[in-house]
Order: sequence, then structure tokens, then C-alpha cells
Amino acid sequence: MDDIYREIILDHFKNPRNFGKLKNPSTSFSLYNSACGDKIEIQLKIKNEKLKIIEDIKFTGEGCAISMASSSMLTEKVMGKTIEEIEKLETEDMLKMLGITLTPTRLKCALLPLEVLHKAINL
Amino acid sequence: MFDVSKIREDFPILKRLIHGKPLVYLDNAATTQKPKQVIDALIDYYSYHNANIHRGIHTLAEEATAMHEEARGKIAKFIGAKSAKEIIFVRNSTEGINLVAYSWGRTFLQAGDEIILSESEHHSNIVPWQILAKEKGIKLLFISLTDEGFLDLNYLKKILTKKVKLVSLVHISNVLGTINPVSEIGKMVHEVGAKLFVDAAQSVPRMPVDIQDLDCDFLVASGHKMLGPTGIGFLYGKEELLDFMPPFLGGGDMIREVYLDHSEWNELPWKFEAGTPNIADAVGLGAAIDYLNSLGMENIFEHEKMLTDYALNCLSNIRDLRIYGPKTSKNKTGVISFSIKGIHPHDVAQILDEEGIAIRSGFHCAMPLHQKLKLPATCRASFYIYNTKEEINKLVIGIEKAMKVFK
Repeated sequence: MDDIYREIILDHFKNPRNFGKLKNPSTSFSLYNSACGDKIEIQLKIKNEKLKIIEDIKFTGEGCAISMASSSMLTEKVMGKTIEEIEKLETEDMLKMLGITLTPTRLKCALLPLEVLHKAINL
Repeated sequence: MFDVSKIREDFPILKRLIHGKPLVYLDNAATTQKPKQVIDALIDYYSYHNANIHRGIHTLAEEATAMHEEARGKIAKFIGAKSAKEIIFVRNSTEGINLVAYSWGRTFLQAGDEIILSESEHHSNIVPWQILAKEKGIKLLFISLTDEGFLDLNYLKKILTKKVKLVSLVHISNVLGTINPVSEIGKMVHEVGAKLFVDAAQSVPRMPVDIQDLDCDFLVASGHKMLGPTGIGFLYGKEELLDFMPPFLGGGDMIREVYLDHSEWNELPWKFEAGTPNIADAVGLGAAIDYLNSLGMENIFEHEKMLTDYALNCLSNIRDLRIYGPKTSKNKTGVISFSIKGIHPHDVAQILDEEGIAIRSGFHCAMPLHQKLKLPATCRASFYIYNTKEEINKLVIGIEKAMKVFK
């Protein structure tokens, strides 16, 4: 647990990557976690009708360091990936990306952006 | 005599280490810890007296019945009810509110009637009335709050008309710790012929509560917030009201006679207690009340006021920390909600946990209040009989550590 606020998490929390709004998103989705009050919106620009590649992705929201860092890191991770690849992402991938262990309650914070992303690509 | 170090010895959990550090439990508004007297009462009941109640003729059944009803009597005396018949066992405050909404609300309210709540209610005192309102075409009105978090009584005077049939209010806010003047409000409510329902989940555990002083028609409290077990709470209702209310749940124990085409209801309070009740936890709640009585509710109130003032003073010295609600213990007790600039409450709570300190973070089941205060979420420290000034010092050090991590 000691490493939960390790440098990389705090860095992504304080300087979130791909934070903001897209001009003409192909799709977007937002979710609200009423238990903690976290809110995340993800916007996507998808290119190549056949392969469906993420050309650009941005997120906005407010929440704890874990949910914000997780969102920021996820946007970096999926940039340029295909929808098919994104659909395969699961809990394990998120934990590996964050490099921390989490209690079940905090896991929800870490997984919220993945849930939003999955909903966005399945619209 | 109120001796905190002696009180602490009664709570086995306070000996626990969390991440190698002594537990500092400041989440008492969520649930309190249990003294060994309560834990022992449960063990004693299951070890020596366990039986089903009200029907058996054998010794154990008689003992269990007597213990269950004795616990009811203790509750009645504790809150100054006229009779134990006015005390209905429920699982928690939430169930008590649902019971009244379902039984009294569906029977005596009709389209066009109004119910007044406040913006600072716990979800449990909003949602059951929303369900009822939708079903019956009743209008819900909400007393607004002043900037300090007090009920705006002038606004209440404006909306309190003959159309209002019920006013249901929290006695002590579980977010701001404000003590609402329910006794004063009760007089206004009764003048227009409405009933007063008091959500006493936070007040019965931490201050003397006397039904006759409050002059309320209904009141609920949860056992687990007052040293008792989870799964047991009580509803108080004036006998003349409970008498005319239909049952909440049907089944065994709540009936006098059952025929294939109809049944006749049991008398109070059992009319509202269908099925085998939570006997052991009722006995445990009785033991909790004995414990509280041995300390004295006045003393408990004074102890928490002292802690609240001390904590308010310490916390207000921290830059970038904002306290919500009243800034002194005048009309406030036991509960302090705050936020720290740039750090989400979850992260504050997580870092404090590493120091062995338990606080709550989030909406505390009061989303409308948070929306009113325009807050994403808050941190909440809440105190009880076993907390000390030293623990508040640890809280302050922990908060400073969190601020350092996020600097």
C-alpha cells in the first residue's frame, strides 16, 4: 500500500495527459460514481472505418488521485490502438498500468475510466 | 465519573493495530465500536438463553421472550416513551422511516397533501417519501439551509400551511453536526395539525433525548450507532397513531388469529413485528443502553462538545482546509466535515488509513446537501465516548502528511 501515491500516480494526477475536450468527437461517454462523487467523461475521435483506430482521445472530470491518474494513463495507453484492442482491456491491464495494489473500494476508482471508455466505444 | 481511559479498556477493537499503528477510530457517525459488555451480552444470549420467543412454553423460550421485552422496556425508558408499546423493533432507522411511510403514509395521506423535509436529510429520510409522493400524488417541500448549515425557520414558516401533513427532519445532521431545534419546530408543526417525524440516528447516541420534551409523533434510531449491534434499531410512535396504522409486514407474530380468508392483527407493538425478530441484537442493544446510562448522556454530550471544539480549533489553523457547517460547538456536536484544497477526500482518507486513522470520505448518504454546498465530496471526522484530544492531534498530523504527499 505504501507505493499507492508513488511518483508516477501523483505526476499524472497533477499534470493529467490528454485532459480537455475534442472539437469534433466521434463518440463520447460520461459516468458518475455516486459513492465517491467521481465524474469522468471521455471523448474519442476514431479514424479508418474498417480498423477503427483511436486517432485522438481526451478526458475531463474530477475525482481522486487514483481515478484521475488512471484516466490520464489510460488515454496515453489507448492512443493509436484499435477498438478491438481496447475491448480486450480488463482489470489486470489497468493494475499493471498503474503498478499499484488496491483495496476493492479503491479499485472502483481505478476502473471507472475503463468502464467509461468501453461504454463510449460500444455506443 | 467519565474516565476515557477506563472507557477505552472496554473496547477490544481499540487495541488493534492498523498498518502497525494504533487504531484512531473517527468514523462514529457511520457506526460506533462495541464495548465488551455488548459483545458479552450477545455471547451470553446465544450460549445460555437462545430460543424463539412469544410462543414456546419451555424455560428457554420464556427467558428469551423476557430478555427481548426487557430490552424494549430499556429503550422506552431511555427516550422517555410513555409505554414500551410505543417502541417497535426494526433493523435500522431506514426501516423505521419506511415503516411509517408505508403504513401511516399510504393510509392517511392523499393527493394534494404535502410533506416537508430539509435539504440536509440523509437519503433514508428522502427516498421513502419520494416513493410515497410519486405513488399518492403528494408534494415534497424542502426547508432550505442558511450558509452556516442551519435550517431556515423563516422559510419553514412560509411553507408550513394546512396542506402539510408531515414534517420529517434530522435531529443532528450526519454531515454538518448541526443540532436542529426540533422541539421548537414541533410546536409550529402541531399548530397546523401536521405530524412531526424525527430522524434521531445521530442524536440518541450523543445527547439526552426525551420524547416528551421533543413532542414528536415518530422517532427512529439505529442500535449500531449507539454501541449496539448492527441489524437492530427502533421506531417510536405515539400509541394513538400506531393503533390506527395497518401492519407493515405480514406473517407470524404480528397476528392474533389467522383464517384462510382473513386475519386479525396482534396488539402493539407486535402488530409491526412480523416473523422471528432479531432477538439477540435487541438484547445487545439493551446492554448498550445500560452502558450509556452508566456513563450518563449529559456527560457524553459534554465530552463530545469538548472534542468538537478542540478539533474545530485545531483544524481551522490548517491552511487550505475548509470546514463546513458551524465553526463552534454551539448547536453542533460530534461531526465535522471538511475538505482540503487540491486533495480529493478519498486520497486524504487513504493516507490517514496508513496512519491507522479511520475517517469517512464521500457524500455520507446526503447528496442533496453536497449539491447545495456545491461540493464533489467531503472528509468527515466524527467522535464518540472513547475518543481523545491526542487522537485529534494525530488526525492533524495525518492531514499535514497528506498535504505533504500532494504538495
